[in-house]
Amino acid sequence: MLVLDNVDAHYGKSHVLHGVSIEVRAGEVVGLLGRNGVGKTTTLKVIMGMARRTGGRITFEGRDLQGVPPHGLAALGIAWVPEERRIFRLLTVLENLRTGLDRRGMTPARREALLDKVYAYFPILKERRNQAGGTLSGGEQQMLAIARAMVLEPKIILLDEPTEGLMPRMVAQIQEIVHALHRDGVTILLVEQNVPLTLDAAGRVYIMEKGTVRHHASAAELRADQRVIHEYLGV
Amino acid sequence: MVLAMVASGLTLIFGIMDIVNFAHGDLLMLGAFVGATVLGMTGSYWLALIVAAIVIAILGALLQITTLRPLIGRDPLTTILATFGVSLVVQKYALWQWGPSVRQISVPVGGDFNLFYLQYPWYRIVTALLAGLIITALWLFLKYGKYGIWIRATTQDRVMAQAMGIPVPLVYTAVFAIGSAMAAASGVLFGPFAGVTQTMGFDFTLRAFIVVVVGGMGNLGGSILASIFVSLLESYAAILVSPAQAVIVSFVVLVLTMLFRPTGLFVPTPK
Repeated sequence: MLVLDNVDAHYGKSHVLHGVSIEVRAGEVVGLLGRNGVGKTTTLKVIMGMARRTGGRITFEGRDLQGVPPHGLAALGIAWVPEERRIFRLLTVLENLRTGLDRRGMTPARREALLDKVYAYFPILKERRNQAGGTLSGGEQQMLAIARAMVLEPKIILLDEPTEGLMPRMVAQIQEIVHALHRDGVTILLVEQNVPLTLDAAGRVYIMEKGTVRHHASAAELRADQRVIHEYLGV
Repeated sequence: MVLAMVASGLTLIFGIMDIVNFAHGDLLMLGAFVGATVLGMTGSYWLALIVAAIVIAILGALLQITTLRPLIGRDPLTTILATFGVSLVVQKYALWQWGPSVRQISVPVGGDFNLFYLQYPWYRIVTALLAGLIITALWLFLKYGKYGIWIRATTQDRVMAQAMGIPVPLVYTAVFAIGSAMAAASGVLFGPFAGVTQTMGFDFTLRAFIVVVVGGMGNLGGSILASIFVSLLESYAAILVSPAQAVIVSFVVLVLTMLFRPTGLFVPTPK
């Protein structure tokens, strides 16, 4: 579904991604593990057209993403939940969701149905729907970021470190949500530092180091043989 | 109140697009000329107001697409220079097209009423109300409208807005068009007070900038409060000194704001 083929990227003059190749098939949860600063987030940004790709190809459902404007990706079915969450802080929770709901071709009935669906996932957001996004707690902001991606009805969600800085109870809840999305047939590319969570949620895992993919295995293999994890992640 | 309207157009453009628009006052002037021309042809002031707003909105959109869109992401100085250039072109065009003489826009609502000892023209009240109405409409649109939410989301986080599928380049063009339309409408509203000349724009640009800075850049509510504040201050100062000297007061306020509260006077919590 989403294929990165030998992708290079630069920030200014520094070469940050070296020939990254990743494939995500429909319905899969794919994990992307690695230490800080190995290029995981940059990989997602390159897909979203926010970091400059200097080589290689990215295709989504067979279509080359070259030349698709950043605002066109949502319509293709790609949603992004950034690491910093990037809630619209001065917009209310409902308005944050409306940025994705008020798109072309939406009927009021469908909007309502979608809203009910995300409120069912995240009841707390319904409670806080008229509160400014910036006043939510970290965990609630993370839920809002995921909910905001969900209202786009994406085929794939690029989920960047959703559990970073959250307390254990929230981490468990996010894990639950990843499972639920997977059951609903949403494809997920999950960037994480949390190894147990990734091995639990993902079917396959790529491990990155120094701007390139060093290892690729099924989560089951990695669970059985933790040496690779030790080698690349030091845990 | 007209100043508040000019300033809200400017602050909308600045806050959302990070564009310091030096041509804002000249779009106002052009709007006033278009208004005066339409008024001359049809005799209807209200038609002139609407036509001027629409014509200048279209012009603003074209201006944004041709001149400013290619500059997105460049040094802010380039947009300042570009809009300054546009300002000069528009002024010279107006001089060529309509000549150096002052055009009058006749007052659509005649009559005076007595305010204590003063004769006060009704038209001033109508203008203030109308400007207030337009600003309120803009506010409601930004607060509740679908596109209003798009605009506010874009202001806060352009990159995330794009990721949510909001067509940011289109939002920019639309915002510039709305700002231009507000400038044009202000020009037609203000026309009857002092007449329409090709140099009337600069004064407005300057005063609108003072208001925008004092009110907090990109902050609509702040700009409106600041414009009332600055206008009142100037009027009171005009009682004590001559009206020409009273203008100095605004500049003093501007300098003091820049020194002690550079984020603006009417911003809740400067961060």
